[in-house]
Order: sequence, then C-alpha cells, then structure tokens
Amino acid sequence: MTKVLTTSRPIRLKGRSFLALVLTPELPLGDWLMRLDDLANRSAGFFLRRPIVLDVEGLEVSRHELKAFIDELALRNVRVIGIEGARASLLGPDMPPAMSGGQPAPDFEAPVPEPAIEKPEAEPVPAVQAEPQPIRPVPSLIIDQPVRSGQSIIFPEGDITIVASVASGAEIIAGGSIHVYGALRGRAMAGSMGNAEARIFCSKLEAELLAIDGLYKTAEDIEPQLRGRAVHLWLEGDTIKTSTLN
Amino acid sequence: MGKVVVVTSGKGGVGKTTSAAALGAALAQRNEKTVVVDFDVGLRNLDLVMGAERRVVYDLVNVIRGEAKLPQALIRDKRLETLYLLPASQTRDKDNLTAQGVERVIAALRKNFDWIICDSPAGIERGATLAMRYADVAVVVTNPEVSSVRDSDRIIGLIDAKTLKAERGETMDKHLLLTRYEPNRAERGDMLSVEDVLEILSIPLLGIVPESMDVLRASNLGTPVTLADAQSAPAQAYFQAARRLAGEDVPITIPGEKRGLLGKLFGWRAA
Repeated sequence: MTKVLTTSRPIRLKGRSFLALVLTPELPLGDWLMRLDDLANRSAGFFLRRPIVLDVEGLEVSRHELKAFIDELALRNVRVIGIEGARASLLGPDMPPAMSGGQPAPDFEAPVPEPAIEKPEAEPVPAVQAEPQPIRPVPSLIIDQPVRSGQSIIFPEGDITIVASVASGAEIIAGGSIHVYGALRGRAMAGSMGNAEARIFCSKLEAELLAIDGLYKTAEDIEPQLRGRAVHLWLEGDTIKTSTLN
Repeated sequence: MGKVVVVTSGKGGVGKTTSAAALGAALAQRNEKTVVVDFDVGLRNLDLVMGAERRVVYDLVNVIRGEAKLPQALIRDKRLETLYLLPASQTRDKDNLTAQGVERVIAALRKNFDWIICDSPAGIERGATLAMRYADVAVVVTNPEVSSVRDSDRIIGLIDAKTLKAERGETMDKHLLLTRYEPNRAERGDMLSVEDVLEILSIPLLGIVPESMDVLRASNLGTPVTLADAQSAPAQAYFQAARRLAGEDVPITIPGEKRGLLGKLFGWRAA
C-alpha cells in the first residue's frame, strides 16, 4: 500500500526539556524494590503517571535481569521512560530507550502521606509534568567574626563569606564558594554537595586543608610560594588550580 | 556587685593558676576585696600557690553540696586581709560541680567581694566550661607558641558560645595575657611574637608577662608573685594587667625589657 503525499510540509522535530525523576536502583534489586514499596506505601500514588528515568550506571545486571526489573517496576505503576548509564548491550528494542546528557536538578523529597484516596475521576494529570522552578536568589552566608579553632561553619545551600580570619582547627563547609577576607588557617571545603564550579578565595593562605567538590589538597601539597598570599582556587577537571590575587 | 573574671587557656601549664593568684593578689593590694576560686576539682593547685594548703577544711564541692556554708570554706590570706581563697576539692569527682550549684556560689560571692577570680582547669570539659559560665570578663592566658595559641582560640570560641552572657546574646570581654614571653627568642623567631599572637587571636592585650625565675620561686614559696617580690619584672607585669582589668588606661610594656621598644609597643595598646 502506497500513500501519496498531498503536501510537501515536513514534520518538524522540536526539542523540549522536562523534569523527570531519576531512580538509582541498588543491588540486590529485591531489597531495593522492598524499600521502594515502603516509600510508595508512605506516599501513595507518588510515582503514578510521573516520568521516571532509571540510572543504572555501575549496576552489575544482565539484560534479562534488567528487563525483569523494569517489569517489576511497571507492576508498581512506575513508568520508566528512559534508561541512563546503561551499556548498549543491556538495552533491547522492547525496553525504554537510552538517555544521556541529563542535567542535575534539585533533589526531590517524597511527599508526606496524604489521606487523599486516588479518585479515578480526579482531574487529569498531564502525562509529562514539568515541575515549576521558581527563580530563587542563590543564598549566601556572611560571617563577620573570626571563626575559632573547633568551630564549624556549614552551609550546604550556597556561598560563605567570612570577613575575618579562620583559625587553625576551624572548618568552613559550603555548598558553593568560600570567600575569606582574612587569614585562612583552618580547613575550607567548597562545593561540598557536588559542585565543581565552586571556588575558594582568601586574603592570606595558611590553610590546613582545601577541598573543592571532594578533591582536596593538604597543607603539604600547597605550593610554598602561595603561603601567606592572597589566593584563588578553582577546579579544572580533576586538578585544583591556583593563582595569586595580587 | 563584684566582677567575675575567669582565667582560662585551654592548654595546661601555660600559667593559669600562677596568673589567677598573681592577679588576685594584685587586685587585693588595691584594697579591693578579692576571692580566687579554684575550679580544678581533683587536681587543685591554687592552695599551694597561695600558701594555704595547710588550712583547707571545706571546699567548693562541700559548699555546692550543702555540706558547708560559704564562709566556712573561704580561707583568708595571712598576708593580705582583702584576699581570700575558695579551694577546690582534691578527693571529689568533678561531676559534683553542677551549673546550679556554681551559679549559687558565684551569686553569693558577688554580694561579698569586689573581684571573683575563677581559676579554670585546663581542657574544655565540665570544670572549664563551668568556670567560665557565669563570668563577666575572661582573661585568656597564652604562651607564645602555636599549640597554646590554637587552644586559646578554641577557648575563645567556647566563651562566645557556651557562657551565660553568650546565651543571652551579649558578648563577653576577652583579654589576652601573654605569659612566659622572651623578647630575645621572639626576635630570633624561636617563639611567636606579640604581633603574631594578637593577629591570630584578635582580642585586646591585657599584659605581657616575661619568662622569669621569680615566678617559679614564688610558686614554690607558696606566695603569689605579686606578693613575693613586687619589684620583680613578672610582678610588675601582673600589677599593670590588674590596673587595666580595673579599667585604668596603662600603656603596655614588657617589664624588665631594657631596650627601647616603646615606639613599637605603642601599637599594642588594644586593651
């Protein structure tokens, strides 16, 4: 059977990004499914009709096991729209397609149990529901007192600025960058929640430990010519780069 | 109402007890009624340094537990009638110190004395935190070496967090008393300089006590150095510190230091 094209209008393919929830199963899969059931019990209908991406990076399973696992998820109303981090040999035509290039987004909290019973006549939920992302200013924390030995300043939400010195034996842990307008003698850990863009700035570098996104430098590894100087540290790949500021 | 001063350091052996006794005796010589309270339960020393070890009957723990009245536990100094000692218990456990008990004793002492000098034990445990808890002013005793400076920094952090004043949202005045200082060795770089210590701790300076044999000698005689030899360099330093504590404006010098450092010293007038 042949069809005659009446118009020459091409079909346009448009790109659009949506927020999907990512599930990262762990071995053994049976136990993990039990924990998922527990979560589902506490927040009924949470996964219902939500697009789910399965992250199987580093998961040692066979193609058969993965297929069976996706079927198990389907029984639980978890609809997998794509699989991330899978070797090509793991995926078949009867399985969700491979996905890549995902951008990290804020973590999702499962909602507290709601008494609401799923009513079939409830208003239709769009198949793909993008979570509205309100524009929020990046939070920052400003400290204008010296940070003393034994004190910890922990601010996973964003940047920390200290308009004083950080003593030996004190520690500063920021989700974002760290700015110290004074001597940095203690520990500074920037990008602690996994942010390779985070940086460390200080007016006088005497630090015991510096870390960005989990990569660290101890006092011994810090180039001696940087000691006592105003220094800027950032991450390039897997190395901490340094430069003086004056 | 008396003023409560805690003499603290974090690190042991830097001269807390010596300084508490010397400052106490210096303040008492100003004719101000002064009591020095030993908080080092189980390892008391203040009675020895003040030469009262043979007169201890009751102690701080007895008073807190209601086994003795406060006047029974107070020991009046034989040389200075304005100077008193409240000794610590040597046999009891420091768990006998309770916050309510210490608060009661301090409140009673405030009514009867101009100065209440609390000699803190080393460390950051119960004894040390209770010694500082009800203070109005802190004297942080520090030696010019890195471990002492870091421990002092830690103690300053605790003073700003764990005291009654801090919990009320007030800030406690903190003063640095630099002890065992040797200008020659600091100049050679064997020891931190006054500037180094002030830069790290960033609290005002109360005084610089030079390292001296007079301190050890006075200690072994059971006499605070400010009573043993008022003309000695460390005694002069403690007298200066006591005057500053009392609110007088006294330029900072290193007693016994003969070379002309005055121009340099002018910059330290932070207290």
